[in-house]
Amino acid sequence: MEVKDIIKPENLVYEKPKLLTENTMHYCPGCTHGVVHRIVAEVIEDLNIQERTIGVSPVGCSVFAYNYIDIDWQEAAHGRAPAVATGISRVNPDKVVFTYQGDGDLASIGAAEIMHACNRGEDIVVIFINNAIYGMTGGQMAPTTLLGQVTATTPCGRDAERNGYPLKITELIAQLPGTSYVTRQSAHTPASVRKCKKAIKKAFQNALDKKGTSFVEVVSTCNSGWRINPVDANVWMEENMFPYYPVGDMKDAERDSKEAHLKKN
Amino acid sequence: MGELRLMKGNEVIAEAAIRCGCDGYFGYPITPQSEVMETLMAREPWDETGMVVLQAESEVASINMVYGAAGTGKKVMTSSSSPGISLMAEGISYIAGAELPCLIVNVQRGGPGLGTIQPSQADYFQSTKGGGHGDYKLIVLAPASVQEMNDFVDLGFELAFKYRNPAMILTDGAIGQMMEKVELGDYKPRMTAGEVESKTGSWATTGKTSDRDYNVITSLYLESSKMEESNRRLQEKYIQMEAEEVRYETFQCEDADYVLVAFGSSARICQKSVELARAKGLKVGLLRPITLFPFPKKPIAELAKKVKGFMAVEMNAGQMVEDVQLAVGCAKSLATVTYFGRMGGIIPTPGEVVEAIEQKLIEA
Ligand SMILES: Cc1ncc(C[n+]2csc(CCOP(=O)(O)OP(=O)(O)O)c2C)c(N)n1
Ligand code: SF4
Ligand SMILES: [Mg+2]
Repeated sequence: MEVKDIIKPENLVYEKPKLLTENTMHYCPGCTHGVVHRIVAEVIEDLNIQERTIGVSPVGCSVFAYNYIDIDWQEAAHGRAPAVATGISRVNPDKVVFTYQGDGDLASIGAAEIMHACNRGEDIVVIFINNAIYGMTGGQMAPTTLLGQVTATTPCGRDAERNGYPLKITELIAQLPGTSYVTRQSAHTPASVRKCKKAIKKAFQNALDKKGTSFVEVVSTCNSGWRINPVDANVWMEENMFPYYPVGDMKDAERDSKEAHLKKN
Repeated sequence: MGELRLMKGNEVIAEAAIRCGCDGYFGYPITPQSEVMETLMAREPWDETGMVVLQAESEVASINMVYGAAGTGKKVMTSSSSPGISLMAEGISYIAGAELPCLIVNVQRGGPGLGTIQPSQADYFQSTKGGGHGDYKLIVLAPASVQEMNDFVDLGFELAFKYRNPAMILTDGAIGQMMEKVELGDYKPRMTAGEVESKTGSWATTGKTSDRDYNVITSLYLESSKMEESNRRLQEKYIQMEAEEVRYETFQCEDADYVLVAFGSSARICQKSVELARAKGLKVGLLRPITLFPFPKKPIAELAKKVKGFMAVEMNAGQMVEDVQLAVGCAKSLATVTYFGRMGGIIPTPGEVVEAIEQKLIEA
């Protein structure tokens, strides 16, 4: 059978989302950012909200997210995306606003902004790429870096005495009454990609329905920062990150309230 | 004639914002300007005009909220006092770099550090020379009365949108806290979605439609040639501002031998000093810069051709005096340029200023 015999509409299982631009992504091969960009593009397309969506890109490797998804974008200062999104959303309540942030951006320099945006229950979506490292600046320790993990600024491994503990910020966020949906996902296998898409879609639907803040962490790899190849990076993530950052929903206001309701009766 | 009221400077900023069709205010409490947000919250403009008022978690957050909202083409503002403006510096630089219109009010207090809550003009350099990183300028308006606090809100927005550049009202605790008669402006409706689209649709993030490419608000240009191009565009705007937007006022300068240069609260003191000096037979005048950037270089250079000396009077250690020196130097004039001021929240008295004229300009 010739290749051209296989490439037929009826055989199509996966195609490039229309909202992904033709620009070549600058991400390292194996990086999770590209996969999550694709999921976000698919969700915006599926929900048909291109004209209503405004993305806020961070300072970090995904600073150029605006080159890849065909929607209006704002590029925020390091850590300030939730404040920028708040500004956009408050004066444009008809828009669907999301931030896309790394762990240094969201959990370190921007810890105050994310806490308060979530606590106010801004009707926004937060996509949080936790790769346990500062990818963009060359692999320094992030607030989420694991104990013992070697980085450019923890060459002997992260030491709790000196550097404190890896921050489970998503668990903190889940405590805030302003959030309606808080989940931790991954995107390293076809099954996890599908689950992750479901979560991101729910988050965007919540923003459309004005349910408060929806927060989706994606446990991610940064093979360049970790100094290992993409395949080993996935294994390292499963073995080291998943035990500390377990994947799954932490809060789903709709589900939680239903369960609470059931318990009451 | 508009509605007349007796109001505090800070309250007037809030009232003027509502009346000029402002879409949003984001701020954080700090003395001596907290009345701006308090007045807005009490007025509940969200019911009246739909204006959003939000108390942010910090000045860092408020300026970034302004960035986001301004990036959608809306008319938005913040206010703070000196330490808060320092915290905003990064955000202001981003706003200037991304060429967004907005209004920032700085009701100055004495510094450095936590300083004092008393009035000061020590943020002149910070406001007129940049303040944050990179080559950028703000349009800086310096009101000298509660009336001008009112008028400059509308003017600030107008200039900010004309140049897609942040505008700042640089005032101080004295004018912010002082009560005076003010004629308020008439209500202007907020821009409709259609007006925002037609005015800012070419650049603002109003939602990507099929008839245009997507818009991006950014100040990032990794390629040096693009970065320089962006810098050039900014510099061209600043040159145009210097050509078209200089505002100032003179008082008894026609026959003056000596000219005081002072803005805001200091200019009010100096007006009295001119009267006292004239009563003593000294020919003293006053030039009051209204725009601190663009600075009235030309009118000072013109005066430099005929007067014997200038004295900058400022509530700081001598900041604007450098711009007066530059203007006089450009005129190749030999007129003396000196400075008199008080710091730490002390407002100079008119008599002190006259003494300084005698000692620093006439006897020297
Ligand atoms: C105010 C400020 N401080 C520091 C930096 C430098 N900086 C750029 S990206 C970054 C870390 C980004 O890490 P993360 O948010 O985890 O994103 P990643 O690259 O890993 O996706 C830092 C420290 C900056 N641009 N601005
Ligand atoms: S450095 Fe890390 S986060 Fe950045 S693109 Fe490369 S793999 Fe991705
Ligand atoms: Mg990271």
